[in-house]
Amino acid sequence: MNGEKVIEVKNLSKHFGQFKAVDDISFDVKKGEVFGFLGANGAGKTTAIKMLTGIWSSSSGQATVAGFDINRNRNKLKENIGYMSQKFSLYEDLTFKENVRFYGGIYGLSNKEISQKTDEMIAHLELDNIKNTLISEIPLGWKQKIAFSVAVIHRPKIVFLDEPTSGVDPITRRQFWDLIYETAESGITVFVTTHYMDEAEYCDRISMMVQGRIEALGSLDELLEKHDARNMDEVFVKLAR
Amino acid sequence: MKTFAAFVRKEFKHIFRDRKTLIILFGMPIVMVIMFGFAIRTEISNSRIAILDHAKDAHSQKLKNKISASEYFNVVTELNSEEEIGEIFKRGDVKLVLVFPQDFGKGLVNENHSPIQIIADASDPNTANILSSYLQATFQSYVNEELNLQAPNLNITTRMMYNPENKSVYMFVPGVMTIILMLVSALMTSITVAKEKEIGTMEILLVSPLKPFVIILGKIIPYLVLALIIASTILLLGLYVFNMPMNGSYYLLFAEIFLFVLCALVLGLLISTVANSQQTAMLISMMALMLPSILLSGFIFPISSMPLPLQVISNAIPAKWFIIIIKNIMLKGTGLEAIMFETGVLVFITVLLTLIAIKKFKIRLE
Amino acid sequence: MRKILIIVQKEFKQIFRNKMMRPILFIMPVMQLVVLSYSADFTVTNINIYIEDHDHSSMSQSLTQKIAMSEYFNLIQVGNSYEEAYEMVEKNRVDVILTIPENFSKNMHSGRVTEISIFADAINGTKAGISLNYLQNIIAKFSLEEIEKTGIQMQIPGIETNKRDWYNPDLNYKFFMVPGILVLLVTIIALFLSGMNIVREKEIGTIEQLNVTPIRKYQFIVGKLLPFLIIGMVEFTIGLIIALFWFQVPFEGNFFLIYGFTILYLILILGMGMFISTITSSQQQALFLAWFFMVIFILMSGLFTPIESMPIWAQKFTLFNPIRYYVEVIRLVMLKGSGISNILMHVSVVAGSAILINILAMISYKKTA
Repeated sequence: MNGEKVIEVKNLSKHFGQFKAVDDISFDVKKGEVFGFLGANGAGKTTAIKMLTGIWSSSSGQATVAGFDINRNRNKLKENIGYMSQKFSLYEDLTFKENVRFYGGIYGLSNKEISQKTDEMIAHLELDNIKNTLISEIPLGWKQKIAFSVAVIHRPKIVFLDEPTSGVDPITRRQFWDLIYETAESGITVFVTTHYMDEAEYCDRISMMVQGRIEALGSLDELLEKHDARNMDEVFVKLAR
Repeated sequence: MKTFAAFVRKEFKHIFRDRKTLIILFGMPIVMVIMFGFAIRTEISNSRIAILDHAKDAHSQKLKNKISASEYFNVVTELNSEEEIGEIFKRGDVKLVLVFPQDFGKGLVNENHSPIQIIADASDPNTANILSSYLQATFQSYVNEELNLQAPNLNITTRMMYNPENKSVYMFVPGVMTIILMLVSALMTSITVAKEKEIGTMEILLVSPLKPFVIILGKIIPYLVLALIIASTILLLGLYVFNMPMNGSYYLLFAEIFLFVLCALVLGLLISTVANSQQTAMLISMMALMLPSILLSGFIFPISSMPLPLQVISNAIPAKWFIIIIKNIMLKGTGLEAIMFETGVLVFITVLLTLIAIKKFKIRLE
Repeated sequence: MRKILIIVQKEFKQIFRNKMMRPILFIMPVMQLVVLSYSADFTVTNINIYIEDHDHSSMSQSLTQKIAMSEYFNLIQVGNSYEEAYEMVEKNRVDVILTIPENFSKNMHSGRVTEISIFADAINGTKAGISLNYLQNIIAKFSLEEIEKTGIQMQIPGIETNKRDWYNPDLNYKFFMVPGILVLLVTIIALFLSGMNIVREKEIGTIEQLNVTPIRKYQFIVGKLLPFLIIGMVEFTIGLIIALFWFQVPFEGNFFLIYGFTILYLILILGMGMFISTITSSQQQALFLAWFFMVIFILMSGLFTPIESMPIWAQKFTLFNPIRYYVEVIRLVMLKGSGISNILMHVSVVAGSAILINILAMISYKKTA
């Protein structure tokens, strides 16, 4: 792993009136890392991710993602990131192939590249039987895997995953994390939020958000040692107190 | 019963949380009634006409003045030649051109006959007809005045029953009320149920211990209440802003409103069982419900003049019966016995629709 | 350009994937056009009349007959009780009561003044007014004939009028209404499809996904607008064919002019829909907002009721009403063959507002909050 930083965040904040959803956070993410962005529901994870992906503007502070300023260079930024939202991001009334064609086209892939990608995905995710089925008729676990593959269809530098595994059964979760690893190994940085504390152990580094602030940052072992805990659940309980 | 109350409360919250929709729901009836009351007139007045005067004598001048003074006409311009007629029609500037012949005044005095030409833009045939008959009446009274003729010895007195000043508001308030109630009840329910289907919460509700029938009831009660409030608002506007009479019984009126709203709600449910998304629910409500309710109910166009097949179809439209009922109660002050038949039809339609809706729901559940 | 095409393609797939959408888009409007065009007619016929005859003379009978024979009236009953007649009005079985007094024929012969009364159910004021007009004409004509029969020489001086009905000599009301209703249907489809489109993506959450893609605002708006423009044009063409071949509405003007104007108008309406879609947060809200404007615009468009009869402030208000311009243009061009020079004002207003509203929609669609 080289030391190139793909995300640099300095003193980033987002205020909604009096309420500080994100309160002065700073951190870096290195290339090829799987960066876990943990916290309870409502801790400010989604707000942070929305700022980093250029959907929301920040109230103060600075951040660059993939080398582009999040407030000034949004279009360039967006070409270089992938995003999979908490809400379902595929069109339910289109088939797998049609979704790939749409998102591929939006990211400027040529027709040849799109059909190549489609074939790859079909082979890789074993979608042969359901490639022409409407997304609404495909089981949730599969949908999430497809959504993830679509989010990285344009080979972005970073992919942001917002609660990708919520509501998915344990086996599919495991498979999903396999996908994440593969992606990270191919050089795409993975920035993932979750409120499942056990998923932290899958990440290279973890940050823990509590009420808009980053209260802990480091690898799993570092955090466990620092907070004298056996698992992330305990770390979380201690920090949240 | 307690769970049911909680469920109804939840539905109310959904409605009241969405302020924008609520403002429109209450604002729309008010705006519509006021617009109809103050702005929209079906009678024809102030029609723009042009005059081409080849005579330019005392009589033509006097007659022109008389026409200008009339509330029906607005003489916007005088033309100089026949060629200008086509041009002015093509711009849509005037509805009618009046052409005085060269020796108009002379002909009128000496020969008793003087042909005036009325050239009407008959692309709007109704207006064309009415305007030329107004004009002819104006001519006649001009001749009577000028030549001192005796009025014919037949005296016709006319009386406008129930509406002596012939106000169109009397017709529009019941019509607007009908349309709005239809909209709130049928459209809103069909869309809320379709929405639950679309985002999948309907399934969750259906597996809950509440019976499907109770769920449906819980969904329609808030809209029933909303519709009754809106009906009262429209009624108040009609009574106090437009001085509509209320000659009948309020109990009867509200009972009939209740019946109609119920009918519309069931229609909405029926649409939602057919529709698979909010968009389709909306388009079906709009096309199959709203437009016929406006146009085939006698609200704007008289049903008795329509071709026979449409007259037959209009019988299946609840709005038609409801409009008759309200007008009867409010303006004629009749009791239930006079509108027994209309009420019966509404009850019949409602019961029939309910049975179909229940059957459809059962099929979906099985 | 390619990105726009990709969006267009996706929208079409989504619209036509929904099996109910096809009949709703293409069959229902056709039915509406046909049915509504037959119903939208201000001509009043089939007026139910009760004749209260106190005279029982051959003259009163011949007047009765004359009324019964007219194309406008249905003679429900001849009787001599006002109470009976009144009750029938209450039950909506009779619209007009005509009272012929005793000594009607005697007075007519002797030239004395005769009082005839007409009572009309004026709850529908327009219908009552027109009914009265018809009845008065019949009676006036009847009395003239009777007077002539009695041999009394009456020279009736007057102004002879010679009426010519341009553009529609048969006074076919459908020629007037069909183009108007076509406008209505095209507007409804275009406004509601576009109005509920973006907000639908908001509701199901896909808009977030789109917001993180590098797609530009204009690509997005244009890509969303084009499919509905095409559907609107197809809709218009189908309607036009029905108007021309089923209703035999004449087409005096230039096809290119009407198509050009329709495109312009649709861009305006779709822009409005997009604008509504961007400022609302649920399909329900969008629908109600669209419906609200729609109702006001339709009623104030001159489609059903004449604009000239409105008070001045309301007439001024109609200047901001896009439907008004389109209704006028389609009638002018189709029925009278007006050329572009005749409708320059309409074209410039609609073009101007189309540009304005689309810019507004683009501004209010925020990819970034």
